[in-house]
Amino acid sequence: MIQLTFRFIVGGLIVSLFAAISDALKPKSFAGLFGAAPSVALATLGLTILTVGKAYAAIEARSMIAGALSFCLYAALCSHLMMRNKVHAAPATISSLVLWLICALGTWAIVLR
Amino acid sequence: MEVNFDFSTLAKIKWYEYGIRFLLGGAITVVAGLLAKQFGPVLGGLFLAFPAIFPAGATLVEKHEREKKQKAGITNSIRGRQAAALDARGAAMGSIGLACFAIVVWKLLPLWNTGLVFFMAVGIWLAASVLIWRVSKSHWWR
Repeated sequence: MIQLTFRFIVGGLIVSLFAAISDALKPKSFAGLFGAAPSVALATLGLTILTVGKAYAAIEARSMIAGALSFCLYAALCSHLMMRNKVHAAPATISSLVLWLICALGTWAIVLR
Repeated sequence: MEVNFDFSTLAKIKWYEYGIRFLLGGAITVVAGLLAKQFGPVLGGLFLAFPAIFPAGATLVEKHEREKKQKAGITNSIRGRQAAALDARGAAMGSIGLACFAIVVWKLLPLWNTGLVFFMAVGIWLAASVLIWRVSKSHWWR
């Protein structure tokens, strides 16, 4: 329980830090780069190395490549829905999470597993 | 196109907006750890790049831009949605940098010092992301 709480606090702080940097940056397309910052990865991998070791964290990082490429497709779809289809941010970004799940889990099932 | 860092923007963000991000960030870090523990590092690793905080961030970008226009007396503006769309376009570019981050950690972590690998990986993420953004803004790309 203590480890989970520690993980929650570290993750929350690192994610908030990158989000604050993104808020203060202009133009918005540049600030968006920080929307895909490795904040969760830094928190998780750091704690994983401390508890399980480097080899385990390296395997997680290999899978993260598929997650990141799925993120690219997800963000491109979100941008398209908002810019071209005039969908508001909340419905566009939440409904598109299905695409991330399909791409990431599909890659896991076909390539990584 | 010039990049600016405006500290005054941070003061305009409400405490609960920071709180939402903290909660989502903490939650996905815990979930990624639990998934790796339950199903192994191959499946758990995918969620290190899960866009958990992105919907909240994009929604706030849209809301802030809309409020800014409303204060200026423009009630029916599409600027908020456009700003969120640009934010998403930037995130798509940044996610290529995120993949570069993952490749560096995957390949170098078993061989090198952890701190050095993380430092290099963050540097590569930032350099790759900024380079892609710069190329997308250059004249020959259009």
